[in-house]
Amino acid sequence: MSDAPIRDSRPGANLSVPNAAALDKAADVEGRSLWQDAFRRLQANRAAMISAIVLIVMAFVCFVGPVLVPWSYEEIDWDILEATPPNFDTGHYLGTDSLGRDLLARILQGGQVSFLVGILATSVALVIGVTVGATAGFMGGRVDQVLMRFVDVMYAVPLMFFIIILMVVFGRNFYLMFLAIGFVEWLTMSRIVRGQTLTLKNKEFIEAARASGGSTASIIARHIIPNVLGVVIVYVTLTIPQVILLESFLSFLGLGVQPPMTSWGALIAEGAQEMEITPRTLILPAVCLSTTLFCFNFLGDGLRDALDPKDR
Amino acid sequence: MNEPFLQVRDLKVHFPVRTGGLFVGQYTPLKAVDGVSFDLNPGETLGVVGESGCGKSTLGRAVLQLIGATDGVVSWLGTDLTSLNKKELIAARENLQIVFQDPLASLDPRMTAGDIIAEPLRNYRPTLTKAGRRKMVEDMMERVGLLPRMINRYPHEFSGGQCQRIGIARAMILRPKLVICDEPVSALDVSIQAQVVNLLMDLQRDFGLALLFISHDLAIVRHISHRVLVLYLGKVMELADKAALYATPRHPYTQALLSAVPIPDPTKERNKDRILLTGDLPSPINPPSGCVFRTRCPRATSVCAETVPELESAGEGQEVACHHWQD
Ligand SMILES: Nc1ncnc2c1ncn2[C@@H]1O[C@H](COP(=O)(O)OP(=O)(O)OP(=O)(O)O)[C@@H](O)[C@H]1O
Ligand code: SF4
Ligand SMILES: [Mg+2]
Repeated sequence: MSDAPIRDSRPGANLSVPNAAALDKAADVEGRSLWQDAFRRLQANRAAMISAIVLIVMAFVCFVGPVLVPWSYEEIDWDILEATPPNFDTGHYLGTDSLGRDLLARILQGGQVSFLVGILATSVALVIGVTVGATAGFMGGRVDQVLMRFVDVMYAVPLMFFIIILMVVFGRNFYLMFLAIGFVEWLTMSRIVRGQTLTLKNKEFIEAARASGGSTASIIARHIIPNVLGVVIVYVTLTIPQVILLESFLSFLGLGVQPPMTSWGALIAEGAQEMEITPRTLILPAVCLSTTLFCFNFLGDGLRDALDPKDR
Repeated sequence: MNEPFLQVRDLKVHFPVRTGGLFVGQYTPLKAVDGVSFDLNPGETLGVVGESGCGKSTLGRAVLQLIGATDGVVSWLGTDLTSLNKKELIAARENLQIVFQDPLASLDPRMTAGDIIAEPLRNYRPTLTKAGRRKMVEDMMERVGLLPRMINRYPHEFSGGQCQRIGIARAMILRPKLVICDEPVSALDVSIQAQVVNLLMDLQRDFGLALLFISHDLAIVRHISHRVLVLYLGKVMELADKAALYATPRHPYTQALLSAVPIPDPTKERNKDRILLTGDLPSPINPPSGCVFRTRCPRATSVCAETVPELESAGEGQEVACHHWQD
């Protein structure tokens, strides 16, 4: 064994600056973050991009469209009072429902409710789920045990039942519905976030951050949250359609929004009663609902592929 | 130089491992580090060698208190790190840094190289302006052989060797007094290994820092260390000056490790006595009684199973824990 078996004796060989320089002569000055990489991959995904555009257009139309529609969603056209086919002279561009209300206005309003429920209830789930999951994962030990056993118990409760009872006891309240659905949907979110936090917590870069003098709070803010975000975003896009569907189901059962307010689920329920006479009143809201669900799912899948760290 | 720099005394790290119990867990201590003592002087490099799983990383992390010690003292400039609270510990870590084994895993994938290197500055020099921080980061990047214009790139855009340079830059930016290198080169290509080891040696000379250099590669340890500590199942087998250890290894385990290192001379290589270690590393949950090495030791006798050998002096600057080192 020579005394210095690994020192390279050529002059300059140990300086290594030129090597690094040569390696990266062609390199950009600006790096591309994982976010930018993911966005690029998402842009290459035709289905996800189309879905995103469709969703933006639909949401825009639902919220801005009613201004341009001559009838409001609750106004009854006393000249009609029954379901009629589209008629441009009366301003019922998609016809009326069985009470003579403008179908287009009702679909747009229903869309508002469905989008709002989707986003607000998911936000409730997001806040509770991320807080509980990150706390359980990062603190570990007893805190983790208690929180996760609670989640297990909640999973075992038939939650549809829970919502229905809530609705029956407290009456049909718009905001109560957001909360109730959010309370149901946070369970899976908390498990996902906890799992992610657990794997992150043992990563060397978290240890490195502690060695660099980081406090627990700064480590969570600088390292844990940005790294959990990708998974959370994917799960959020996949939760929104679930929530919309859940709301539709409640509305279908007559437990959703209070008439004359409506949602796509409620419209489908109304339409289903007259589907032999005016299939239009069922098909139009059903198409809107399915398109939205489809788009959210495609977008979620696209995001998952784009953010998948295995690909990098 | 009478002030103690780093003194580790009888350091123990035991992990509770669940070994049974259906509802109420039964826990047995896994003795990852079991009674290690050593000193480190300013500007000195202590190599730590041993097989995989013998507790090298755990020892390094326990010195920095990234893992709490079960027992023992880690005295840094006269203060026992194990007795400090969170805040005091953060303050003490300014002078203690670590370079990790896996270069990519030790860098946050969502941060730029510049932000990663600047992180210690943000924690310990909060008054520094953004421009001042950037200047320091750029200087340090240049010092470790990275192009400053790559400051905005992300870890996945660097090679393994470059990632390790980022890790080294992060560890060095505060000019610490002690850096623990946990197998900093074992994940790298052989040609890159030499560059990184030499970079560490250059930095050590320039900044006068002490290194605790963990590795399982005896050739690299020989190159960089002043003294070497041989670890087996969490216990010190031999602690000696480099020259003494490589010339006259006293412990049967050290002898076996050294005999496995190839000699770059074919005649010598063919004729040397190779001591083959038989059997696997015993489980640290249930280590052998007496001398932990006895299940694989060619010289083991009945006394080895009964009494734990203490570290004893075996010549100038050499200590060995073996009942039969003189035989
Ligand atoms: N957090 C932990 N919980 C339980 N056991 C652990 C933990 N960390 C390490 N161990 C155990 O402690 C022992 C020593 O591990 P350590 O990582 O220090 O070994 P090492 O010498 O660094 O090995 P390598 O060369 O593979 O890095 C091993 O048996 C390992 O399984
Ligand atoms: S004490 Fe006995 S078993 Fe242990 S190393 Fe020495 S001779 Fe081998
Ligand atoms: Mg290790």
